[in-house]
Amino acid sequence: MFRIVKAKMLVEKIYLLEVEAPRIAHTCEPGQFVIVRADETSERIPLTICDYDREAGTVTLVIQVIGASSYKIAQLKTGEMMADITGPLGLPSDFVNEDIEEVRKRNYLFVCGGLGTAPVLPQIKWMKEHGVSFDVIVGTKTHDTLILEKEFEEVAGEHYFITTDDGSYKRSGMVTVCMEDLIGNEGRHYDVCVAIGPMIMMKFASQTSLKYGIHTIVSMNPIMVDGTGMCGACRLLVDGEVKFACVDGPEFDAAKVDFDSAMKRMALYKTEEGRAYLKAQEGDTHHGGCGNCNGD
Amino acid sequence: MAIDMMKKVPVREQEPKVRATNFDEVCLGYNKEEAMDEATRCLNCKNPQCVVGCPVSINIPGFIDEVKKGDFKKASEIIAESSALPAVCGRVCPQESQCEGKCVRGIKGEAVSIGKLERFVADWARENGVKPEVKAEKKGKKVAVIGSGPSGLTCAGDLAKLGYDVTIFEALHKAGGVLVYGIPEFRLPKDKVVQPEIENVEALGVKIETDVVIGKSTTIDALLEEEGFDAVYVGSGAGLPKFMGIPGEQALGVYSANEFLTRNNLMKAYRDDYDTPIARGKKVVVVGGGNVAMDAARTALRLGAEVHIVYRRSEAELPARAEEVHHAKEEGIIFDLLQNPTEILEDENGWVKGIKVIKMELGEPDASGRRRPVEIEGSEYEIECDTVIMSLGTSPNPLISSTTKGLEINKRQCIVADEDTGATSKSGVYAGGDAVTGAATVILAMGAGKAAAKGIDEFLSKVQ
Ligand SMILES: Cc1cc2nc3c(=O)[nH]c(=O)nc-3n(C[C@H](O)[C@H](O)[C@H](O)COP(=O)(O)OP(=O)(O)OC[C@H]3O[C@@H](n4cnc5c(N)ncnc54)[C@H](O)[C@@H]3O)c2cc1C
Ligand SMILES: Cc1cc2nc3c(=O)[nH]c(=O)nc-3n(C[C@H](O)[C@H](O)[C@H](O)COP(=O)(O)OP(=O)(O)OC[C@H]3O[C@@H](n4cnc5c(N)ncnc54)[C@H](O)[C@@H]3O)c2cc1C
Ligand code: SF4
Ligand code: SF4
Ligand code: FES
Repeated sequence: MFRIVKAKMLVEKIYLLEVEAPRIAHTCEPGQFVIVRADETSERIPLTICDYDREAGTVTLVIQVIGASSYKIAQLKTGEMMADITGPLGLPSDFVNEDIEEVRKRNYLFVCGGLGTAPVLPQIKWMKEHGVSFDVIVGTKTHDTLILEKEFEEVAGEHYFITTDDGSYKRSGMVTVCMEDLIGNEGRHYDVCVAIGPMIMMKFASQTSLKYGIHTIVSMNPIMVDGTGMCGACRLLVDGEVKFACVDGPEFDAAKVDFDSAMKRMALYKTEEGRAYLKAQEGDTHHGGCGNCNGD
Repeated sequence: MAIDMMKKVPVREQEPKVRATNFDEVCLGYNKEEAMDEATRCLNCKNPQCVVGCPVSINIPGFIDEVKKGDFKKASEIIAESSALPAVCGRVCPQESQCEGKCVRGIKGEAVSIGKLERFVADWARENGVKPEVKAEKKGKKVAVIGSGPSGLTCAGDLAKLGYDVTIFEALHKAGGVLVYGIPEFRLPKDKVVQPEIENVEALGVKIETDVVIGKSTTIDALLEEEGFDAVYVGSGAGLPKFMGIPGEQALGVYSANEFLTRNNLMKAYRDDYDTPIARGKKVVVVGGGNVAMDAARTALRLGAEVHIVYRRSEAELPARAEEVHHAKEEGIIFDLLQNPTEILEDENGWVKGIKVIKMELGEPDASGRRRPVEIEGSEYEIECDTVIMSLGTSPNPLISSTTKGLEINKRQCIVADEDTGATSKSGVYAGGDAVTGAATVILAMGAGKAAAKGIDEFLSKVQ
């Protein structure tokens, strides 16, 4: 059992949980994830590590309610226990283990879509701590669904660009519009682009960055069970080869990922009911975040 | 009733038609009278071949003699000298190729039902609260055991009995390894049989820390250097599933047997009170012919499907236990033998709609001594189905070997370890079970855990 030291709602349906998990906090790096189980009868679900405090021995998760298991976790209150948290799983982001001098020569562009904002936080913190230059774009449906603004402001300052699909706050349009603005119109130069968000958003964001010849990394989030390479549920085609996202990823070279087959596989447990539920809950904000319906 | 000395006392089982719709145990086991009757068939051989066939050399005539006399407690003590998990082994050992395969009774008639007797004794001991005793003095030394499958549990139990302070680290949220996530409830009941065996190990003082992935949460080097462990036993199994690499394997409705069985066994998808989803197919094709394939097939059947097993060799080469093949057939699993898949067919939404297979014939024997299947040209045809379960075997997970300095592995990804002591190329690190042999059996994994406990004890007795 693992104690929740802080639980709060960020915006509707999105919650932040800080959990006591000393082993994980001690070894995790940006890019890695955990698998959690709310209680005895819940599914095991993967969540990215959004922050960690090695001294306090805690990790922070940000979770969006989309089905039964994420709902149960989001219901947990400060002081309560979650049954399981395992990790850190997956490989750290490439830059963590690269020669820091090489990394410092590059300019990074982070592109976050919706909930994908949370996993980028530890990555830009790492950049700042290690003196690497970067810009970060956060795209969200509308002003009310924007998360972690204060935290991003603190880390990224003037390198932080917000864009809303409906233009209700800061820049207007999808992340790809903002990318075109920065790269095409403002002539900014980037060596590496890291795009994290719903699969459909990653697909289009990477099309844009690849068009400008920028090396692009995406974080794949297929369905998972064990997270240790045992079940094969998370398999993806990368450069025509079968890879397991939980041990070979979750971050991959966007140019090599087969997004279409990955999005198809996400639909596995997506029943008619689930689709109806998502549509009803998200209303017109449901634009493909489920990875299945392409916004239908 | 007179006993036919040539034949086993029949064991009661659930009716095939009934059991095909539930997850309760298929085999009901012997009662006292049946067990004592069966025990009279043992000749108490001077030079018992059955013991030679048992990988952990249980004193078989010894315990059977006690069953004959009705002293089940004594019988359980005799078994406990050699095996830590008799209720499990009595149920899942491939007895026909081990103990019973060597029994002299088997020359003219049927072998003594050693497995069923062992199961009876173990069940009796559990139901009557017989617990293993610990007498050893504490040695003040710490051993870490990685993996809580049969080999890890056995090694941990033996070390605890010797007085070591033992902690098992398990990646999943529940201890037991394949016994909980792989082998289904209808063959090996979890709460009734596996859990008490694990509790017995804990009763010896062994601590079990779940949710720890060695190689990720921490490493072997850190256990030895930072956490104060004096030795490590690696019993991490062979859990990495293989796929065929044929077109269509990414289609929706294609599972590895591991995923299918884990969802159903560990995560209890078959029960309404658990949240785990599982696709309940109408027509399921299972590819493969081992125990794992039989378990996946019989699980799919119980979830309501018509099930075909597609296997590229003939019936004689099926690697599964004879009893499982027999049970599978009784329950209505259809065997499509001497056939091999070449492609999985998808519908317009990406779901499986069929599988293309080619017929095979047996050619010359290969390296394994089994006749090699060769394709019959032009014999391809399609089987309609909505689910495909790939059960092609597994290999050890590289998570540990890739994060441990100086740990030698062979080209099959298996850890290289000494058969008698479990010693690896790294001092203080021992290994055994499927992680060393590749996918094998419960009893071999236990045997390796036992040998390594001895090896570790000898090693730690020498230092300081
Ligand atoms: C590496 C990785 C990191 C992740 N990080 C985060 C995170 O930081 N925060 C967060 O909120 N979520 C994250 N996810 C997604 C999260 O795991 C899923 O939202 C969760 O498993 C859904 O479980 P559920 O029982 O609530 O929903 P279910 O009832 O299982 O599903 C509800 C609906 O969601 C769809 N769905 C199922 N699995 C996923 C999935 N993996 N991703 C998207 N949709 C899915 C289903 O098709 C279904 O329609 C991550 C996934 C992966 C693989
Ligand atoms: C479906 C199925 C049916 C079978 N049927 C039979 C049968 O009828 N009879 C028979 O004799 N054998 C059978 N077998 C084979 C038998 O179960 C195995 O040979 C045996 O379980 C091997 O034991 P083990 O302890 O080496 O490994 P496992 O039982 O595989 O246990 C290894 C454990 O280590 C854990 N682990 C792995 N990596 C790590 C890590 N990095 N950190 C922490 N923990 C880790 C795993 O989660 C697992 O719990 C079957 C196997 C399967 C899959
Ligand atoms: S442990 Fe297995 S091989 Fe040994 S006697 Fe028991 S059933 Fe037979
Ligand atoms: S070989 Fe058969 S008859 Fe002889 S001791 Fe063993 S079980 Fe009994
Ligand atoms: S989640 Fe099971 S292999 Fe990746």
